[in-house]
Amino acid sequence: MSKSLNLFLPALGGAALLLGAGYGIASRDYGRSTIDTLAVRVEQTEASVAAAVAQAQAAEATAIAAAAERDTLQQALAEAGSRGGDLTAPAPASTASYGLGRDAHPDEMAAWDVDVLPDGRGLPPGSGDVWTGEELFVQQCAACHGDFAEGVDNWPVLAGGMDTLADEDPVKTVGSYWPYLSTAWDYIHRSMPFGAAGTLTADETYAIVAYILYSNYLVEDDFVLSHETFADVDMYNADGFVIDDRPELEYTQWRGEPCMTDCKSAVEITMRSSVLGVTPDTDTEATLQDDASADTTMVSASASGDDAGLDGGNVDPELVAAGERAFRQCASCHEVGPGASNRVGPMLNGIIGSTIGTIDGFRYSGTFQNAASAGEVWNADNLGAFLADPDGTMEGTRMAFRGVRDEAEITALIAYLETFGGE
Amino acid sequence: MAEIAKTSRRAFLRGSAAVAAGAVAGKAAAQTAPDPVITELQDWASFTGAGVDETPYGMPIRFEADVVRRNVEWLTASPISSINFTPIHALDGTITPQGCAFERHHSGAIELSKSDYRLMINGLVDRPLVFTYADLERFPRENHVYFCECAANTGMEWAGAQLNGAQFTHGMIHNMEYTGIPLRTLLNEAGLDAAGDLSDKWVYVEGADASSNGRSIPMDKALDDVLVAFKANGEALRMEHGYPVRLVVPGWEGNMWVKWLRRVEVTDMAVESREETSKYTDLYADGTARKWTWVMDAKSVITSPSPQMPITHGTGPLVVSGLAWSGHGRITRVDVSTDGGANWQTARLGKQGDSKALTRFYFDMDWDGSPMLLQSRAMDETGYIQPTKHQLREVRGENAVYHNNCIQTWYVNEEGIAENVEVS
Repeated sequence: MSKSLNLFLPALGGAALLLGAGYGIASRDYGRSTIDTLAVRVEQTEASVAAAVAQAQAAEATAIAAAAERDTLQQALAEAGSRGGDLTAPAPASTASYGLGRDAHPDEMAAWDVDVLPDGRGLPPGSGDVWTGEELFVQQCAACHGDFAEGVDNWPVLAGGMDTLADEDPVKTVGSYWPYLSTAWDYIHRSMPFGAAGTLTADETYAIVAYILYSNYLVEDDFVLSHETFADVDMYNADGFVIDDRPELEYTQWRGEPCMTDCKSAVEITMRSSVLGVTPDTDTEATLQDDASADTTMVSASASGDDAGLDGGNVDPELVAAGERAFRQCASCHEVGPGASNRVGPMLNGIIGSTIGTIDGFRYSGTFQNAASAGEVWNADNLGAFLADPDGTMEGTRMAFRGVRDEAEITALIAYLETFGGE
Repeated sequence: MAEIAKTSRRAFLRGSAAVAAGAVAGKAAAQTAPDPVITELQDWASFTGAGVDETPYGMPIRFEADVVRRNVEWLTASPISSINFTPIHALDGTITPQGCAFERHHSGAIELSKSDYRLMINGLVDRPLVFTYADLERFPRENHVYFCECAANTGMEWAGAQLNGAQFTHGMIHNMEYTGIPLRTLLNEAGLDAAGDLSDKWVYVEGADASSNGRSIPMDKALDDVLVAFKANGEALRMEHGYPVRLVVPGWEGNMWVKWLRRVEVTDMAVESREETSKYTDLYADGTARKWTWVMDAKSVITSPSPQMPITHGTGPLVVSGLAWSGHGRITRVDVSTDGGANWQTARLGKQGDSKALTRFYFDMDWDGSPMLLQSRAMDETGYIQPTKHQLREVRGENAVYHNNCIQTWYVNEEGIAENVEVS
């Protein structure tokens, strides 16, 4: 703030402005503390004014330096231009200030600067034990990582794999491979659960990390992880890494004048990709046919568009499209469409009109099981209310989602879900 | 086997059509019957075409509908945390159009507007600052062409020839002209006096998406050529490439090119984030791993002919074309072999490539119809020579996953069909 003001100082040149800047800094810097007496306040204001003057002078000096640098560059360009020389030049590499941007507020830095360093700096105070962690893990993580952190489908395995790193198929887990505990805490706290990143509290994160350590036999079942016990944990693969040694091992030998003739005696094919058959089919020639078939494609596309309104109602394609966009916030946990299956949340085909809590094979929370036994049915109204405030409507739901604030977005979401077999 | 059978049939049909049209090696063929496309009045030469404004932002003509990004579904658990591949087999020149440039997301591509964009510079700086998008547009900016290659490009090929197409073996790469601000300008704006000795300092960069994808970059590099970019190929970045602002880290692995860049923190050590420990590290055969393997070494690949680009014109003039790049600087030379690396000839460079950017090479030959084992081998200005897969395995084993810059071999048979193979 002071910088942008100071840039205008030479033009406006007012002591009043300086005083204003001083006052602004004083009230910002000390606004939260209790200032009891006027004398103290005056003293602080005077000190701030002095600081602001010093800052103003420094900023003025860098602004002058920046201007001088621009002038020098312009002059060099003018000379080069008159000689017909090369006019390309990098952006001025100034160490001077442009006076752009504004000061970051402490609360803003607290909100975004949450990374944790290997030595534990950045960890917030808190703690969590293994068994709390297990409960949280089953709710928040197990759909992808398995109840025992063993991984589901292609999702990462988090536990086990010790002594496999030199095998043909190494299993790289938090236990077997990760060299720093800070990495697990930082990543889980910041980027997990997938689809609801940033929702875990510090205590929940400590607990989940404690459980992952326990599933890797790195701690006992009575272990409590906290900012204080963090340094007590020894990671299995802490010494498993070397810093990039390509310069010594590779760059020294793969250089020089390469062989150009008779470099090998006989060349034989030793492996063919075709025997695997794992390449996606890229046959798209159907799209390259003549006009007639392209027209047919267009006709059938619009026909199926009409058919989408199976219930006789009119589907607003724009609303559905808006719903599809909005569904991105759901898609990491819920699937819809052909082949949809249960993930962290149940699949949602035909959800509207179905009895609440009855999607086959999904493990529901108690509140959903109660609704299911009561025979309650999803409709636009109760689904809308649920989406607006999940925990307020279905208290105890495992859906870790803050809710959709925008009513139009809820309407769009429901319209989108209705296209997947809703009644 | 089904895959090769299908490819053969398609290529054979294309090939026979070309032969029927009268391709004879070496000479322009005599035409026995007139070509109706020439002798008969065609609709497009008689009726009017599309007016202006029919497509306010144009897409490629529908005949090019197969030139698209493609995904290999079995590689990842979910398309939200996944990667797809640039159709490099079907492109020429060096600039990758944004619309078909590969995507890699860790928590999906997000919609972040310019008005909601904030960039914070904090940590060991004199004045922690927040910039808006409008602020960024007021700093002096530069234009540079750079390649961005995912560290996992060619990663599926360590243990053997696996994916049958240049798009899939080498398509985790794109090359764009970026407009952006040197990161050093923004760091200077915040002031680095507080950081003291810069030689052991780092910047930690993170994105605004749910993954945040944080990475640590040594201060040397941050003050060298790293850009905070907001335009690519002249227009705004695409959503999938980090609109409105991404980091460009020339020559270094794509994971560090943080998209939706929201924060740059000056630190006194590497954060050792998930993406620089559990991922993007290279596991040796003995179970130890390399970390901080940021530079993408010199590499090349023949994009045509290749499995998705069979020779359909029979014998005679053939353009062998490909791409070469190096994270250490300029490509100085590319050699091509048609016999699996026994004999090499130096290829022609389309034009002198920029440092840390794609260079196009051409090898113009007369194909006699005999099978070929096509390879290319790049060299860069540091004197480094692209290694063979054997050389790489000798040092690193087969479990490294990342940074595979080996020489690629395509087997081209008598029909002109190409296949991904490994040779002795």
